[in-house]
Amino acid sequence: MNREPVWIRTLKYASLIAASFVVLFPLYSVLIGAFKTQAEYYQSGLRLPENFLNFDNFRRVIEVGKLGLGFRNTLIVLVVSVGINVLIGTMVAYALGRFEFKLRKAIFALYLVAQVIPVITTQVATFSVIKFFGAYDHIFAPILLYIGADVLQIIIYLQFVGSIPRDLDESAMIEGASLFRIYRSVIFPLLAPATATLVILKTIGIYNDFYTPYLYMPSQELRVVSTAIYSFVGPNQAQLNVISAGILLIFLPTIVLFLFLQRYIFAGVVSGAVK
Amino acid sequence: MVRFSYKTQKYMILFGFLTVPVLLLLTFSYYPAVSLLYYSLTDWTGIGWEMHGVGLANYKEIFTRPEIFGVFKNNAYYFVGGLVQTALALYFAVILSRKLRGRNVFRGLLFLPYVLHSVATVIMFRNVYHAEYGTLNLFLAAVGLSSWQQQWLGNPHLVNFSLAFISMWKYMGLNMVIFIGALQSIPEDLYESAAIDGASGWQSFRHITVPSIRRVIELMMILTLTGALEVFDIPYIMMLGANDTGTFVSTTVDMAFKFRKAGLASAMAVVLLMIVLLFIYIQRKLLFREEKAR
Repeated sequence: MNREPVWIRTLKYASLIAASFVVLFPLYSVLIGAFKTQAEYYQSGLRLPENFLNFDNFRRVIEVGKLGLGFRNTLIVLVVSVGINVLIGTMVAYALGRFEFKLRKAIFALYLVAQVIPVITTQVATFSVIKFFGAYDHIFAPILLYIGADVLQIIIYLQFVGSIPRDLDESAMIEGASLFRIYRSVIFPLLAPATATLVILKTIGIYNDFYTPYLYMPSQELRVVSTAIYSFVGPNQAQLNVISAGILLIFLPTIVLFLFLQRYIFAGVVSGAVK
Repeated sequence: MVRFSYKTQKYMILFGFLTVPVLLLLTFSYYPAVSLLYYSLTDWTGIGWEMHGVGLANYKEIFTRPEIFGVFKNNAYYFVGGLVQTALALYFAVILSRKLRGRNVFRGLLFLPYVLHSVATVIMFRNVYHAEYGTLNLFLAAVGLSSWQQQWLGNPHLVNFSLAFISMWKYMGLNMVIFIGALQSIPEDLYESAAIDGASGWQSFRHITVPSIRRVIELMMILTLTGALEVFDIPYIMMLGANDTGTFVSTTVDMAFKFRKAGLASAMAVVLLMIVLLFIYIQRKLLFREEKAR
């Protein structure tokens, strides 16, 4: 291989370092801001905080900003919706991937076309559906909206179902297993790698979602992370240090998730685009 | 336990496994989309169920009131930002799909913003852009560029750029990782034989890389376009649509839930849906034509 000239390599690294700086600078701002006292924040500029063990801001945002409550509600919504969503996704994929029947193509097309509808624009009408079910201002509202399978999920699962040899189903049948048993003990466990990727993506999606909880759960007690920080920032415009602490706390879970599960996240993102 | 034949079981599975998911899909995707069409022809307020048909008045209002249809100009900032972002993403994807020291660290770092919480990200940038205490202006002062300091959110000529930048900051890494995935599917020997034939780096990019990932580039363009049309979070959280930063979707949400004009908002949603569908149709058409030509 020919070696590339030094100036090209320098240019490459210079651009990468510049981009990394742009990514890290805002994060650095909140990292240092989170540990500063209010007076310190407005005087010390970009310097490191005097005391990295000053957790007052975190305490304040958890209590006054109701971030603790937000994390609790988010966790409930996440666990319930992601759990049901995985069941629904794998069930649909098993039914569509293993059996021939009349409506098979039609159901797949339904999922495909639904993807084109920009969800946010239909909220006006979705709102009346949620009201009709009596789920408005109830934790069921976001759960109902999150549990449905989407076409990306179905496609990824279908690929996996297709790669599981049918011999496995047949030998289970010879041993007298029911079709439900085959789903539960053969297909579902073998879908685990796909499930891992999809669970992570869905988790990030739900955690980040703002407008669903904002529109459907206005009550204070139903604050999730997004809506808690949103309404905390409103009346507390001046306290940039406390806000920084809140932002840092909210970033932490997904950063940890990302550090450990980067491989799955990249895999999911790429397969999502190449569908 | 009663045993059913496998044929019976098959129908039990199909019925049991598909009914609920399909009902969910119909209830929360198709029914709202269809009822939007209906609401868009009424003067519904969104409260209660009283509504009267008003024909196409809502649609007429959208196209004749410049403060409604005109907000699309704010979406244009996000579209231009999206184009820059796609170009940057392709550049970094090309660099980071070759051998390079620290490749994985840079990949991870540039992708990181995508996994960060979106509301918290917008609020973080509020701290960065703050005119007096914002870290951006402090940084400019620290490196001797005080004259570049700006009212990033206060200056009406600048604010939409500042907001569109947040979107670039968040999504560049996502586009990059998708490009890297596509680039890795190009066989390495294509580049090797091009190098033997004396092709320069730019030539092999132009004649091997770009044609091979054309479909992904096209897909990215359509996602940039539809994404720009559907921007909501950033202006809504940052500015509440003030200082002329409202986008079409944030205006729609305000119409529906703040001004209680659900009928008009439905018509706006229908218009947006039609525009998005039109773009997707054009893209499919282009793709189809090419495949035919081949």
